[in-house]
Amino acid sequence: MCLGIPGQIIEITNANHKLAIVNIAGVKRQVNIACIVDEQHPPEACIGDWVLVHVGFAMNRINEQEAAETLKLLQELAAISN
Amino acid sequence: MKYVDEFREPEKAEALRRQITKLSQQLEKPIKIMEVCGGHTHSIFKYGIEEILPETIELIHGPGCPVCVMPKGRLDDAIAISQNHNVILATFGDTMRVPGSKTSLLQAKAQGADIRMVYSPLDSLQIAKDNPDKEIVFFALGFETTAPSTALTILQAAVEKIHNFSMFCNHVLVIPALQALLNNPDLQLDGFVGPGHVSMVIGTDPYEFISQQYHKPIVISGFEPLDILQSIWMLLQQLIENRCEVENQYNRLVEKAGNQVALDAMNQVFLVRENFEWRGLGDIPYSGLKIHPDYAEFDAEIKFTIPNRKVADHKACQCGEILKGVLKPWECKVFGTACTPETPIGTCMVSSEGACAAYYKYGRFSHLANKNFAEQEMIILTP
Repeated sequence: MCLGIPGQIIEITNANHKLAIVNIAGVKRQVNIACIVDEQHPPEACIGDWVLVHVGFAMNRINEQEAAETLKLLQELAAISN
Repeated sequence: MKYVDEFREPEKAEALRRQITKLSQQLEKPIKIMEVCGGHTHSIFKYGIEEILPETIELIHGPGCPVCVMPKGRLDDAIAISQNHNVILATFGDTMRVPGSKTSLLQAKAQGADIRMVYSPLDSLQIAKDNPDKEIVFFALGFETTAPSTALTILQAAVEKIHNFSMFCNHVLVIPALQALLNNPDLQLDGFVGPGHVSMVIGTDPYEFISQQYHKPIVISGFEPLDILQSIWMLLQQLIENRCEVENQYNRLVEKAGNQVALDAMNQVFLVRENFEWRGLGDIPYSGLKIHPDYAEFDAEIKFTIPNRKVADHKACQCGEILKGVLKPWECKVFGTACTPETPIGTCMVSSEGACAAYYKYGRFSHLANKNFAEQEMIILTP
């Protein structure tokens, strides 16, 4: 029940109700983005963002830089291991 | 898929396995690591992670599956609500087959109750809008990952003034459960793989007591195979270096302070219950959430009369010991015989995140070789 799926916000459908369309592995679903919007990130600024979707809510943005750094670390580990 | 496939690459997994094996040779004794979250349990079995670890590392499957820890009495209460005239009960699919004392929600539905599966709590709000002459009750459960979404749903119901909607709140909190486990003398653990998506909401700070008071390391982990392997590798490093810290492997989603919007919504809509019963773990103080009096009109426990009875588990069921990590699933008297995913007796066999279902589904039948099947049939016939 605590699992989530990454998806990309492609359209804001209702800024007042904080609703957006998210592309989740090719399936487009309406999700609530209340948990990821604030003054720095108004709904219209969220288009293109990758988010983790859980039970119809975008719970957090996926930090691309941190993801890349983790993968880089794992790549280095693989190089050492070989 | 982005941020999924990259964390499943076999070459990197093999490299991590080698590093883990190398590090494990520096251990002074075999170790036990608990993965708290049912999502991790599911991934560990799905990807065969347990099989590739050295024998000196034992994984204990913890109580972090919200369906598994739901006591029978609360299931009975949900079924009782669904049997009120004019009620539509909505819930997540995971809960449908969880056995109550007499029936499951699925059986109650077959017997005529209007029970509907929804993907999101917002779907239940839509059912309320579409059926103004009915009372819609959302059976809410889950840890802090799910609680913000139900809180935001109540806030939306309040804004939209939807008066035929309420929630039967059964949300639970991970920190008091961890505290209860750490206080259990039966359980000797060396470290924790911490829940990723709960931590995305609550942050990493609430786990500090584990390292400071109990001197155990914890690594917050993602759910892909590389995430889990890397977390085990990080835990091993801590143990070998004699450190006990809260570390965060799931940096791409989990921030130290968590998600403030989600926490604010939870704090606005919920209050902590003084006590809440967990299947297998018993009563744990301050471990459950109830709806704040400001939102009483959305509280199904106020709107409806519920039996509120405590119901003991079937005496043959050993989910309690399994949730505490004291027994392995195959050591349960009824595992794989009377208790299967098709006919579950205990909750650990119901949810795909339960340890028993994971062992069953992914073929751990060799452990059953020495079991006395005839004896197990007897156990079920004399409840």
